[in-house]
Amino acid sequence: MSREYETVIGLEVHVELATKTKIFCGCSTAFGGAPNTHTCPVCTGMPGSLPVLNRQVVEYAMAVGLATNCTINQNCKFDRKNYFYPDNPQNYQISQLYEPICRNGGVEIETADGSKKTIGIHEIHMEEDAGKLVHDDWDDVSIVDFNRSGVPLIEIVSEPDMRSAEEVIAYLEKLRLIIQYLGASDCKLNEGSMRADVNLSVWEVGATEFGTRTEMKNLNSFRAIARAIEGEKNRQIDLIESGEKVIQETRRWDDARESSHAMRSKEDAQDYRYFPEPDLVPIHISDEWLEEVRSRQPELRTEKLERYESEYKIPRYDAEIITSSKHMADLFEQTVELCGKPKKVSNWLMGETMRLLKEHEMEPEDIVFSPEHLAALVDLADAGTINSSVAKEVFEKMFTDDTDPKQYVEEHGLKTVNDEGALRETIEQVIRDNPQSVDDYHNGKEKAIGFLVGQTMKAMKGKANPGMVNKILKELL
Amino acid sequence: MSLMSLTAVELGKLIQKKEVTAVEATEEALAAITAREEAVHSYVTVDAERAMQRAHKVQEQITAGELTSPLAGVPVAIKDNMCTKGLKTTCSSKILYNFIPTYTAEAVLRLEHAGAVILGKTNMDEFAMGSTTETSAYGVTRNPWNTEHVPGGSSGGSCAAVAAEECSYALGSDTGGSIRQPSSFCGVTGIKPTYGTVSRYGLIAYGSSLDQIGPIAKDVTDCATVLEAISAHDPKDSTSVKREDTDFTQALVDDVKGMRIGIPNDYFGEGLDADVRERILTAAKELEKKGAIVEHFDLGLVKYAIPAYYVIACAEASSNLARFDGVKYGYRTEDYDGLHQMYKKSRSEGFGAEVKRRIMLGSFVLSSGYYDAYYLKALRVKALIKQAFDDAFAKYDVILGPAAPTTAPKLGASLSDPIQMYLGDIYTISVNLAGLPGISLPCGLDSHGLPVGLQLIGDCFQEKKIIRAAYAFEQTRDYARSSIAQEQNGGAS
Repeated sequence: MSREYETVIGLEVHVELATKTKIFCGCSTAFGGAPNTHTCPVCTGMPGSLPVLNRQVVEYAMAVGLATNCTINQNCKFDRKNYFYPDNPQNYQISQLYEPICRNGGVEIETADGSKKTIGIHEIHMEEDAGKLVHDDWDDVSIVDFNRSGVPLIEIVSEPDMRSAEEVIAYLEKLRLIIQYLGASDCKLNEGSMRADVNLSVWEVGATEFGTRTEMKNLNSFRAIARAIEGEKNRQIDLIESGEKVIQETRRWDDARESSHAMRSKEDAQDYRYFPEPDLVPIHISDEWLEEVRSRQPELRTEKLERYESEYKIPRYDAEIITSSKHMADLFEQTVELCGKPKKVSNWLMGETMRLLKEHEMEPEDIVFSPEHLAALVDLADAGTINSSVAKEVFEKMFTDDTDPKQYVEEHGLKTVNDEGALRETIEQVIRDNPQSVDDYHNGKEKAIGFLVGQTMKAMKGKANPGMVNKILKELL
Repeated sequence: MSLMSLTAVELGKLIQKKEVTAVEATEEALAAITAREEAVHSYVTVDAERAMQRAHKVQEQITAGELTSPLAGVPVAIKDNMCTKGLKTTCSSKILYNFIPTYTAEAVLRLEHAGAVILGKTNMDEFAMGSTTETSAYGVTRNPWNTEHVPGGSSGGSCAAVAAEECSYALGSDTGGSIRQPSSFCGVTGIKPTYGTVSRYGLIAYGSSLDQIGPIAKDVTDCATVLEAISAHDPKDSTSVKREDTDFTQALVDDVKGMRIGIPNDYFGEGLDADVRERILTAAKELEKKGAIVEHFDLGLVKYAIPAYYVIACAEASSNLARFDGVKYGYRTEDYDGLHQMYKKSRSEGFGAEVKRRIMLGSFVLSSGYYDAYYLKALRVKALIKQAFDDAFAKYDVILGPAAPTTAPKLGASLSDPIQMYLGDIYTISVNLAGLPGISLPCGLDSHGLPVGLQLIGDCFQEKKIIRAAYAFEQTRDYARSSIAQEQNGGAS
């Protein structure tokens, strides 16, 4: 009796917004910093302090809402979510429950079979992040750092529209790209600027009612998310198959052990006693403000893909890889702006850049070299000032240290030697030193010329113009 | 005569004329405090040393002509729920017994800029929850007119300090009548401004949507002067209103000809003391004699104000007071096992009974399944009450009535019956729900020699109308000094 099950997944995605200051005070949002240095009476919940909303937070939330096809709620409000925890200085979080800023959106993903599917977005709301607890096991104390307290977040709540880990990853990648393109966040899962909680249930194919769902937390990478989904799906199916019930609960994923454990069940779920935040006035988003934000929306990936093909005439495949990261797309456009030659710039990004990223286990976001330097390198290679092997050598330096290629080529004397006199001398010497190869060549072994070219390049320390070497060699032979 | 028997504006004038120094004024205030605190206990904290330092500094600035405000060098008392940098701020609660703020409340800061000398922090009902100042963790304050009686609350310490002439004027806060009712009981004048007029930044919140800071003083002129000094739009308070018409002293005009005054019949029903009724109606006649048009009308909905108020105020308080948890500052229980127990014991031991009652009430009305039935319904009542006032203000410039149904009760008489105590707020509460300005000023004594307070209510942003009416009424009588102020006068200076 093998029954067939389907997984039903919805996501709650928290994204830290890239504002310079916190959501309700003027403190810095910079990551790191000595504990409790980015704090003030407001973000430490001191008695008598009051929140003042950061306008940029509303604009970022609107931008994400517009880019994910949401309806913007032009009269939205903040509410208080009440719960006690030491990282939450007021013991309530200012969030949005009753009137969130965005509703009823969705993004399109590509499924495994290549077809398109829309994942619905139920709502997006704005809220403040909590501080961080540091547990000192040595002294058996917990210490709280409020630097993160009040960092702005948006929570993107999807509909339960996903059916597999692949769809979840596709959805998250889509969201991440959109948000990065908007500049609203860097969306780094490992640093916590993007966090996803997975709500999952299973149902028998053909069922009409959803099964009981669980919520999985502590998912810090796409890989962990995929594994947690697989694990939780199997756990729930095992329960059902053995005649047990799935309990509605929050579970914590332990990626090292590839298993999860229950944190709290619905029965002991807290009553957050939400009510409208009396210290903040309702936010009215005027038509003008909405239009202003809409008109400032940057070009998103879909539009870029089309433009790269039509304007830069680069292949779809190249465009897809380059636009898979906002950082890389920016780098590409800025470089082309400086030196033209889109295909050549694309080749550097598609080839050497991707190779080195893979080799160093880096993300495109981690690229350090500047468009100015890449443009300079493209020009140097294109003008024949350096040959292609030298160019690759220079690029590697540039990749690690953002080295200035012009300066590097100068300092290391890597310019291609185009001086025919000097070349001729060197080649004559090579011919004298390698009579066997010369004979082979004359006896019809075409390959022998390759050896002689190599010897010449070696003697010229790689700086010779290969075309010229070939020409002179043949002449002399 | 002690300098403390002068009004704040009178004293400020003498200081500006160089007839008196800020140092002398502060010395006299501190001497009065020393002489009368045992009998009255208006203050939780007296900051004598820094007050004297400050007085010297302010006097230097006055002498140099740098400080010309009418309040420069005049000593003031601050209710202990307003943050004062470096000066203990307890809200009269054990849970904040050691709390020293790192910043000063905006309203207090504005007084400091005007050259005020802060004497100390006044007693109050714990977290402003109460109508008698008996719920303070630091002892009761007594009414300077009769020390067997309460001063009212929650700004009982501020009102008693003004009545006992232990300061020239004071700041209070009013969430459901906490300035007007104790002003009435202590025979002084207090204004609760329109919501949003005075910044709440640094005011330790009780009911955020209702709280307003206001002045308490001997007369209307002082109150208008102080209110003018502390009113300003504050970008740090999102509920602060930008308004231009804060030149309240311009309304100190003895002319009410043609002013339309409405007396709500609802304020003269069951529970109103006969003496209070008589004094209030006499006051209305005085205004009528001066040319005001006085009419009786039905306001409606008054009986719904108290339940709506307690639902809204307690709901907000249950959340506002959550931060007092023993983690970051204030009281933490000595023995505990784990986080949950630390929270529970610290809060159980740190809060008094009335505060706990209101936290529980507020938590209940916000809990899942009850939110709609209580909190949302209370918000609808609030909107209806505002509508009833809007209708009334279409017909009247000012609404006139008592500030409280009785004069000051005896110590201990109120706490045994909290419902009765809550009902005592019936005439003041709806003003907070509707966000309106209200003033209470003395209008005579009852048969026991205790003061009766006349309340005048204005439409939103119409402080000037109630100031004008109050000022005109005030001209018909002399300021009556409390017995403590009179009897201790010689000894104090």
